[in-house]
Amino acid sequence: MTTIVALEVVEIGDRRRGAVRRLRDTGVVGVVCATVLLVAVLAAIIGPSVTPDDPNLPNLSLTYVGPSGGNLLGYDYQGRDVFSRLLAGAPSSMLGPLSVVALSVVAGVLLALVSAWRRGAVDAVISSGLDILFAFPAILLAVLATAVFGAGLTAASLALAVAYTPYVARVLRGAALRERSRPYVAALEVQGASATSICLRHLLPNLGALIVAQATILFGYAMVDLAAISFLGLGVQPPAANWGVMIEENQAGIVQGYPLPALCAGSAIVLVVIAVNLLGERLFEQA
Amino acid sequence: MRRRFFLRRLVMLLASLLIASFVIFGALFLAPGNPLAALSGGRSLPPSSLQALQARYHLDKPFFEQYWYWLSNVAHGDLGLSITLRENVTTLIASRIWTTAGLVLYASIIIVVIGIGLGILSGLRRGMLDTSVLVVTAISAAIPAFVAAIVLILLFAVKLGWFPALGNGSDVVSNIRHTTLPAVALAISSLAIVARVTRAAVRAESGRDHVQTAVSRGIPRRALVRRHVLRNAAIPIATITGITIASLIAVSAVVETAFSLNGLGAYLVQAAESKDIAVVQGISLVLVAAFVVVNLLVDVAYALLDPRVTLGTRAQ
Amino acid sequence: MSEQLLDVDGLTVQLPVGARLRPVLRDVSFSLRAGESFGLVGESGSGKSMTARAIDRLMPSGAQVSGRISFDGADIAGLSGAALRRYRQQVAMVFQDPRAHVNPVRRVGDFVTEALRTNMGVGADEARRQATDMLDQVGIDHPDRRLRQYPHELSGGMLQRVMIASALLTKPRLLLADEPTTALDVTTQAEVMAILDDLRGQFGLTMIFITHDLELAAAVCDRTAVMYAGQIVEIRESRLLHDDPLHPYTAALAAARPDITRTADRLLAIPGRPLSAFEAPPDECAFTTRCSYTSDVCHSAVPPLAQLDTGASRCFRAEELRGRLGTVTRS
Repeated sequence: MTTIVALEVVEIGDRRRGAVRRLRDTGVVGVVCATVLLVAVLAAIIGPSVTPDDPNLPNLSLTYVGPSGGNLLGYDYQGRDVFSRLLAGAPSSMLGPLSVVALSVVAGVLLALVSAWRRGAVDAVISSGLDILFAFPAILLAVLATAVFGAGLTAASLALAVAYTPYVARVLRGAALRERSRPYVAALEVQGASATSICLRHLLPNLGALIVAQATILFGYAMVDLAAISFLGLGVQPPAANWGVMIEENQAGIVQGYPLPALCAGSAIVLVVIAVNLLGERLFEQA
Repeated sequence: MRRRFFLRRLVMLLASLLIASFVIFGALFLAPGNPLAALSGGRSLPPSSLQALQARYHLDKPFFEQYWYWLSNVAHGDLGLSITLRENVTTLIASRIWTTAGLVLYASIIIVVIGIGLGILSGLRRGMLDTSVLVVTAISAAIPAFVAAIVLILLFAVKLGWFPALGNGSDVVSNIRHTTLPAVALAISSLAIVARVTRAAVRAESGRDHVQTAVSRGIPRRALVRRHVLRNAAIPIATITGITIASLIAVSAVVETAFSLNGLGAYLVQAAESKDIAVVQGISLVLVAAFVVVNLLVDVAYALLDPRVTLGTRAQ
Repeated sequence: MSEQLLDVDGLTVQLPVGARLRPVLRDVSFSLRAGESFGLVGESGSGKSMTARAIDRLMPSGAQVSGRISFDGADIAGLSGAALRRYRQQVAMVFQDPRAHVNPVRRVGDFVTEALRTNMGVGADEARRQATDMLDQVGIDHPDRRLRQYPHELSGGMLQRVMIASALLTKPRLLLADEPTTALDVTTQAEVMAILDDLRGQFGLTMIFITHDLELAAAVCDRTAVMYAGQIVEIRESRLLHDDPLHPYTAALAAARPDITRTADRLLAIPGRPLSAFEAPPDECAFTTRCSYTSDVCHSAVPPLAQLDTGASRCFRAEELRGRLGTVTRS
């Protein structure tokens, strides 16, 4: 009995590797992606305050003018500086998905832990409930929500968070069930530790890597879905800056021969999503 | 054993549909203001119209009776009345459903042929083909449908002029021409995911012990790949393909909007913007039903392909 | 010699691990006459499974193989394509874990008759008839019903018999049995071993029987080889193995098995743990750290596998220890 417990303790220790070490283990690709994400996050935090030009003031004499001199990306359909608008749009484009992920991960983890810990009837009820939630495609729920509550980031984000929760819960429930059946949990229970403390102090950290990996990939999906909602006109409303909105605004420019503004916004989204996908894949392999 | 699996899945999905319909119906009551205000979409209507609405939706009755009326109407094909167009929602849906169905079908064919095809090819070989497939799919998996849409319009409609940019076609052939770019835009990121999962499945199966048994017997490579690698990999491949196609149903709204196709999705968005609640409800119901049916088909395929399947949900 | 069915000479295998190559087999040599049954015994990591795989050319990718394996006088290393497949059809392998080695989504009948139908062109009905026959011989009840079932509906023991039956159906000339009974419970083990032995005699098959159980090998095989750290350390006629072993490791293995007829005060175990080939020191005998008879000469070089009496031993002191090894345990 002592041997078994000793081995398990070593395993716990091993799995809680430092975040920096985990990042290094994802290889060159992982580190590059993490850097790209860091830049995006930085843009989201300080972007609006470092814009070279006013991102919101229309200047119709500059409509669709191309890059020139110090201006790298040209002007959009209302003569606003594209680069400035990209920076100004970074917060809503990044924070929206972040809140979706945060909400759905918290909800998903909670449901998964309760499901895995109690098992039996509680698990069956929660699993069935989640199964039913699977019937709603995320975008559809978001459209429904904006139809009922009015267009805007809040309604869409909440709807997406609700739609994503079952996916998180399902993945984590499986892992939590496996963790829960390991000998160290039984040992802790026998020692009199409470369910909450075991879940929070032991199960949760051991699932940490999986949660982070899942959250990373989910961020990509949330970003795409929210941008799509804004593109459809149901999310962030113009003239507010947002990458999805920018694509929709400057769409007409493509047919007219001025693709740059829309392409820039599109590229911003694609770059972040690629980075998030590649990083998430590698984090998954480690988890 | 398998029959019980089917029955259980069927029951689960019918329950999903029922609850989904409840949520869709109940959304009316979550809206700010009373249901009548929501149904009129914030417009001020003449009293006669308001009364008609009241009667049609039985707004004076308790909640569950209203739901029951609505549900039985739906079962009879009556999905309500569009405030903006003064027409039956059912008629409006019927005229647009084929556009969406055609788009989803076209995109599905692309995903199956190219996605699975590339996945199998790169799963069975190593080297340049494999690496290029990995790189290309990594990038295209990240391209959302609406970004793909603008790039495709730019390249193939504006610059090369091979395909029309917007709108539906008039006859079958021009329909296909008009739907090609949208279908590709819809398919691009799903195609990449299917290709990657297919490749992983083929690789995983190739390394399994039972394949070694066949190798040790001197079974020729082609028969080996067909009977032991692909046949086994078909299970996860069918599952991911099915799930991906199901997701197309919702994303089609984005593509239809970008290409100005008059499909269900585009109409849903317009209705959401103009707060035509009845239309939103009707289309949501149809789309959820389609989604649920496709998922059921995936479960059926999974049970047919894997003789080990027992009760419960399909293994991930 | 024309009567040697299989001749393994200096087989050395290295596997890539990360960026480096690790030795797995070192200078393995033995030969088999047609009709002989040959036991290959060793602990985990000794290389016995890898030897069988090398003979069937089932090496993982990147493996470096040197040395020579000849079947019927012909070097198998140069075979490829159709010739390689033909060779493999003459060598049948029975694997250790039947559940992992049988395709779970195809019926048992498909598995059993696959080689017959694909390689030998036998028709479906005839193949099924032969399969039913063979399943009956290995002791499976209702063979026709079993053929229609799926592998997950059969128990481990039954599945292993199915594997043996399908291996014998194609009338191979060499049977490689890689721990065929290790995954089974003891009663089933005995039954399956009896069937294997019986059918082997019936068909006159040449067999290599791989196991970690020295007694089992000695009971079933004409000759037995003992492997340690990727090398063969002894080859001996089975009937002499217990009383007159030629290597300290063999003696220790035999001694470590508890005797059912006596009560022991302590269980004898070989001190230390078994080394894998890559852990073995390159210029001394690999067994020195655990051997009771080690002396200076043992550290001088890797001992060669030398002929002794009717067998062979990889021990510098084999001749002088002869006669003392068989009695050392009785204390």
